[in-house]
Amino acid sequence: MQTWNYIEYIAWGLSALLGLYLVVDWLRTDTTYSEDVLTSSREGELEAITEEHKG
Amino acid sequence: MADFDITSDKMDGMGPHGTKVGLLRVLGPAHVWALGVGIVLVGEYMGWNFAVGKGGAYAALIACWFAGILYTCVAMIDSEVTSTVAAAGGQYTQAKHIVGPLMAFNVGLYLTFAYTMLEAANAITAGYLISVVATMTGYDGVLDQRPFIILAILFLAWLNYRGVLATLTFNLVITAIAFAAIIIIFLSTSGVLGNGIVHHAELMAGQAALPYGWIGVLAALHFGLWYYLGIEGTTQAAEEVRSPARALPFGTLAGIMTLLIAATLTWYTCTGVLPWEYLGDGVNGSVAPLFDTARLSGSEALIWLLGIGTLFATLASANGCINDASRAWFAMGRDKYLPGWFGAVHPKYRTPYRSIIFLVPMALIFALGAPLDQVITFSILSGLLEYTFMPLNIIMFRKKWPMGTIKRGYEHPFHPIPAIALLALCSVTFFAVFLGYGTQLVAMIGFYILVSLWFHFWRYRFVNRGAQFTMPWPKPEGY
Repeated sequence: MQTWNYIEYIAWGLSALLGLYLVVDWLRTDTTYSEDVLTSSREGELEAITEEHKG
Repeated sequence: MADFDITSDKMDGMGPHGTKVGLLRVLGPAHVWALGVGIVLVGEYMGWNFAVGKGGAYAALIACWFAGILYTCVAMIDSEVTSTVAAAGGQYTQAKHIVGPLMAFNVGLYLTFAYTMLEAANAITAGYLISVVATMTGYDGVLDQRPFIILAILFLAWLNYRGVLATLTFNLVITAIAFAAIIIIFLSTSGVLGNGIVHHAELMAGQAALPYGWIGVLAALHFGLWYYLGIEGTTQAAEEVRSPARALPFGTLAGIMTLLIAATLTWYTCTGVLPWEYLGDGVNGSVAPLFDTARLSGSEALIWLLGIGTLFATLASANGCINDASRAWFAMGRDKYLPGWFGAVHPKYRTPYRSIIFLVPMALIFALGAPLDQVITFSILSGLLEYTFMPLNIIMFRKKWPMGTIKRGYEHPFHPIPAIALLALCSVTFFAVFLGYGTQLVAMIGFYILVSLWFHFWRYRFVNRGAQFTMPWPKPEGY
């Protein structure tokens, strides 16, 4: 077993962790917030909370 | 003149109308530069040299400058339209506002495919580069590249998922290092610093000048695209820059200038050191020409610098591609050109998280299941279709909203010459592509015709027909 074999295993492990993080956070976000909030973004509009520009 | 001004931060016509969670406006011109140059710079490190194989070193230089003109037109046209249509989706959103829904649907798909396939190609390259490092450090087995390909895609997807500012700041740093490496190897090998090792006169004399004559120059043309392919990706940042009217033209035009310099220096350095037969064979000869040039220089520091530069350029490109493909997909979802589910924004990280996650398996399928040359070819063809749309788009834009009717962030000069030049150059490149990849070209056009029929006869009924036109512009001329 050489160093590069260990590096291969580390890469597999990190990939699995990152993939798991993405899926868990995605599911958590989808179950925490309503679909109305998540898909409320409108093209060209600034977020009401951060910007107060007038059209 | 309309009662808004895109160049103003007080009356830019983009006030809040119900967005509870939207993309964040946190980027500056440097991030726009990093997005555009980051996607492209890998083309300087590898890929462009196939042009040398097709027609010799001079043909590659002609291709480099020919494509440079093409992309300067692209950058100018994009700067004008995007600094005025300042929304995520880039050319998709431009097409939606200026041409029509069917064009927009197609352009959205061109963008997503071009960037996702380019991301896959970059991940394959990153895996290959790591296997080269393993061999160079004494590993005598056959390294499994798959975990590194998957890790590259997942790490960059994770970064994109967590926020656009960190993603493009990361791109800014690694792109700047990769660009600096090109400058340093040019200075080191050309004789500006120390003794030069370039021998253009010997390497490009006699038959080596134009080994296949002018037909070789024509065949080399489409590989010239490699030097700049992706600079138009700056437009995808439109909804996340603090000042679209300033940052987008500034970042995009600085980007194309950077690439013109990088492309010319790369050509000069590599063709002065590597024989054209070796340089032009990107499969069995010089896979990474700048890195090979560094190896021939004999300098350990240059070898490491260009090795790191190659890897960084690859990662920066994949990173920018994830950013751009997800914005195009997100924008299409938001308008219901695709299921509205894709139009969601993460409430904490303010990124199009569902689009980012959805495109990860797509990229993995291409990266692990398709040959590199086919992936690259389909990416280039999608890009070329997109460039063909741009001149038509700007001509219609200027016709429907002539100068003075709306305020633009940037007004490109000499209209319609850049549009006509771009259209002519695209036609020549299509012919060159047809010579080398006719089957793929026909297959790709067939695919887009089929999905267009699906969109026209089925999907269009779900589109937000009224709500999708958001720009506070006056009625177009003639309507």
